[in-house]
This record gives sequence, structure tokens and C-alpha cells, in this order.
Amino acid sequence: MSTTTPEATRTPGTRPAPPRRRHRDDTRLALLFILPASVGLLVFLVWPLITGLYYSFTEYAILTPAQWVGLENYRTMLTDPVFWKSLRVTVLYVLINIGVQTVVALLIAVLMQRLTQSTWLRSIVLAPYLVSNVVAAIVFLWMLDSQLGIVNIALQAIGFDPVSFWASETWVIPTVALVNVWRHMGYTALLLFAGLQSIPEQLYEAARTEGAGEWQLFRRITLPLLRPILALVLIMSIIGSFQVFDTISVTTQGGPSDASKVLQMYIYENAFAQYQFGYASALSVALLVILVIITFAQYFLSRAGESDLD
Amino acid sequence: MTTTDAPVTTTAHAAAPAPSARPRRRLSPGRLAAWAVMIVILLITVFPFYWMLRTALSSNTALATNPSSLLPVGFSLGGFARVFGLQDVDTAVSQGGSGASITFWQYLLNTVVVATSITVVQTFSCAMAAYAFSRLRWRGRETVFLVFLAAMMIPQIFTLLPNFVLIKNLHLVDTLLGIMLPSLFISPFAIFFLRQFFNNISREVEEAALIDGASKVRVFFTLILPMSSAPLATLGLLTYMTAWNEYFWSLMVSYSDSSRVLTVALAVFRAQSPNTGTDWAGLMAATLVAALPMLILFALFAKRIVNSIGFSGIK
Repeated sequence: MSTTTPEATRTPGTRPAPPRRRHRDDTRLALLFILPASVGLLVFLVWPLITGLYYSFTEYAILTPAQWVGLENYRTMLTDPVFWKSLRVTVLYVLINIGVQTVVALLIAVLMQRLTQSTWLRSIVLAPYLVSNVVAAIVFLWMLDSQLGIVNIALQAIGFDPVSFWASETWVIPTVALVNVWRHMGYTALLLFAGLQSIPEQLYEAARTEGAGEWQLFRRITLPLLRPILALVLIMSIIGSFQVFDTISVTTQGGPSDASKVLQMYIYENAFAQYQFGYASALSVALLVILVIITFAQYFLSRAGESDLD
Repeated sequence: MTTTDAPVTTTAHAAAPAPSARPRRRLSPGRLAAWAVMIVILLITVFPFYWMLRTALSSNTALATNPSSLLPVGFSLGGFARVFGLQDVDTAVSQGGSGASITFWQYLLNTVVVATSITVVQTFSCAMAAYAFSRLRWRGRETVFLVFLAAMMIPQIFTLLPNFVLIKNLHLVDTLLGIMLPSLFISPFAIFFLRQFFNNISREVEEAALIDGASKVRVFFTLILPMSSAPLATLGLLTYMTAWNEYFWSLMVSYSDSSRVLTVALAVFRAQSPNTGTDWAGLMAATLVAALPMLILFALFAKRIVNSIGFSGIK
């Protein structure tokens, strides 16, 4: 599994004999080979990064050219109550979504590790991840319907009051968060499960002969050795979670009374309902900054790079 | 970068052979309880799929009076008929539909065109780039690769609005090309993933072909690509699914039937609720139609997809 290439031995100054020459330098061919991907990279990733930043300093209604307004959008943002509300809503969503999802996924992964290696079972667990957010949203819109939804009928059958999952300001964010847990928990579980495979079985055997119980095995072996993978998975999931949009766009559109207006929803509204591309771009910059801070903070806090296995 | 490298290479190989050396233990109460929890989780996972089917095969009037039966109520294929535009307006309205025109054939076709084009072109373009980063020798290779790797960190949200402006200026709004263009040529993740694999292909085979006089282009097409058919297939599947399920970008770019993909069509269908109440039977038939191709693809390639998860997730 050596991934290092013997390039290092190449000496750039020397002129090799003609037959071996074309092995030495492939610059022209390489440029040709990376051309399509580079065009894609420059036009649709790097250029938007620059223009997006530029738009955030402009007033831009898309039909008329952008007008430079300096920090105006950012000043507006700081005093915009809807922005702060959407930020709170987004953070609440991420906390519930990631909290529940990580615990459930870890539970599934450990159960699979202890019980079975079956590909069948892993396939079933992954199935929700294969349908789109939109499909998941609509199915749960139906199942959690306040009158005809099967969940409310079941709740009433066991003596609870029906819950208006989508129309209540208290319930709407937990509802959306749990719908997305349903779609992503299997995927996250499989990532963690792959991580668990790298923990040597002998460690468990040894601990068991010392008389350790399942909970101790989990606390003393699984959790510490899984930490690097867990940290990576967490960073990925949180970044994904902050970008929640599909589910809300299909179900509540941000309602009731902004209770589910997450940042992305607010950005979309500003851009496509109000045609304020400049302000929407400034909001995206804010979201980007949040994501960058979280990535770095988590990376350092969790010591993601280190593994106790080494 | 080494931290992202490590899990990729290790899990890619650890996931393949399932080590079943563990001794079979007796069914202790603890294990029984663990299985019970697992079965509850599986039920939660599977039930919504069943409910989709059950509702799609029911009629709206029966759903309103008997919402709790576990089997289809007032069995009807009307939902599917509405989804494919096979019902006239009066019948549709009388069965609880909105009567608005919906032609899922068109959306299905659009989605297939978009997902297929993205998968084929992107995989090929990324395989070429990955080969250049893995096997060709040129100045600045590592630096350029780092730039590509850094691009992997750009969250989608940040490129959506500027890309919309770009597509609009190219007059490609409301076209399929406009939907596919931003992801047509590049996925930094795909390049990273394939480069990792190319790095592990033995050099000797390649050297032998080169000594026999084959060009590097030929080596790429006749040796490297065929030898990588397994990871290319896995990558292709994942790309296809991602493209199929994409919603936000398509929502921005597509306005009319001509460029509408399934996810957007579903959202539109859902928003067209008639006054009498939502057309749940039709809506569930529509979600089923949108999800079924992916579920079939998954059923065919479950093992490959499931085993790929360990490393594909490190995006």
C-alpha cells in the first residue's frame, strides 16, 4: 500500500537519453488531461467564490448591474432581526439534528458490530439515504399530518393529544430535524461502522477476559479508538446540517411565522423573492464564515488528527 | 491532508472482506435486547417506504375516512394515473387531484438526461485529471492538486448564487444544460477518490506497456481505465444518485416543464394542493415514481454501494 511515488529521485537539470525522455516530462499531456476539470474548477467553483464575495459588497437586483455599496449589506445584516432569528433557528436545528443523529448512528453502528456483518442489514439501514430530501420531506409531511397522519393517529390511540408537527412554532424545527435524522442516520452509521472495523477484535477479547462488561467495552475501547473517525464524521455532518434547505422548502417554506426560516431559506428568499442578490450574498458569506470557524474549532478541539491506535 | 488520507485508504480495504472470525455466542438476554433495539430501528427505517406504497394504492376519499388501516384503502391506481397525466381534469378533480397538468414522463426523462450526462462526463473528466495527478510527471503537479483539494472545502451554498448569475448571463436559465453545467466537468471529491486508487495500481504493468512503445494516452485508455472499472463504477453510481436527488440548484434554474427535474416537480405538485385537501394518493404515487429508480439501482448494486460508504463519505 505504498502511495509514495518515486518522483523524488528525478533530477530536473539532467538531460536523459532520448528513448526515456518522454517518461520524464509530460507537461503538455498533463495540461490536456486536467483541462476539462480545470475549466470546471475555475468557472464554477473559483470564479463564483470571487464574484460571490464581490456581490456581497453591492446592491444587486439581478436585472440591473451591481452597484458597489461597501459594507452596507453587512451593516444591515447586523441589525436585521430576521437574520438573527434565522441564525438561532439554524443553530437549534443543527443541535437537534446532529445530537440525535450521532447518538442513533453510533447505536446502530455498535449494534451492527456486535450482532452481524450482514450486507443485507446494512443495505436496509442505508435505504433512506437513497431517496432525495424532497421525497423524505413529502412522505413525512403525510405521516405527520395533523389530522390524517398515521403518527398522530397512533399517538391518539395511546392516549396523547395530536401534535401539529408542521404548524406549531415549537415543533416545526424538531420535526424537520428528525425527518433528516431518518434520512441520514443509516449513512452516518455505516461511516462509523467502517471505522469500527479498524479496531482490533483482540482488544475486546482481552478486556472481556478481564471481566469488562459491554458498557465498559464501549466506554474504554470503542469510543476512544473511534474518536478520529467520529470527529471527521461530526465535522462533515455539521457542515451538511447547516446547509439545510430542501426539507423546509418543500414543507413549511420557513413558517409558521419564521419559526423554521433557516439561513439558507432566508438567503433563497432574499435572492429569488426580493431580488436582493447583494444582501443574499452577504448572508452566504456569513454562513461560510460560520462553517469555516466550526471546521477549525472542531478539528482542534477533537484532536481529529490523532488516533489512540498508533 | 494526511488526516483525510488515512481513513480513506484503510477503510477502503477493511470494508471489503467482512471478517466473520468472531465465535458464535449463545443468545444471551443482552443479545436478545440488542436485537430487539435493532429491529425497532429497522422498522422505523422501512415503515415510511411501506406507507408511501400503501397510500399510493389508496383513494383519497377512503384515506379521509379510514386513515389508520395498514393496508391500502379503497384500492385505486388513480394516483399513478394523475401523476402521468392519464386522467382528464374532471376525473382528477373528482378523485381529489388538483387537475393541474403534470407529466412525470417528461420530468423522468429530464432527470435521466441530467443525471446520465453528469455521471458520464464528470467521471471521465475527473479520471483524466486524476491520472495526470497520479501518474504524469509535470512541474507544479502537487501545487495544482492542492488547489483542487482546497476546492473540495467550498460549501455548495456559496457557489449557488454566483453560478446562477453566470448561467443567467449565458442565457442557459431554464435549460437542462444550465442545470448540469456547474457539476458537469468537476467534482473535486471524484478526482481525489480516483487519484487515491490510481496511486495504488502497480507501476510495473504500466512501465511494461511503455517500454513496448505504447503512449501514455494509450496506457490510460487501455490499461488504467479497464483496471479501475470497479472504483469507476462505484463512483459513477454515487454520482448518479447525487445528481438524481439534487434539488436546490435545479429549483433555482428551472422554471418550466421543459427543464423540470423530478425533485422540483414533486415540490411543485405538493404546492398545487387542491382546496379540498392535499391529494395524498397522487403525491405518494409521485414520490414513489421519483424514488423507485434509485431503489432499483440500489437493489441491484447494494453490496457495492454499501461497501463503498467507508471512504466515499470523507467528502
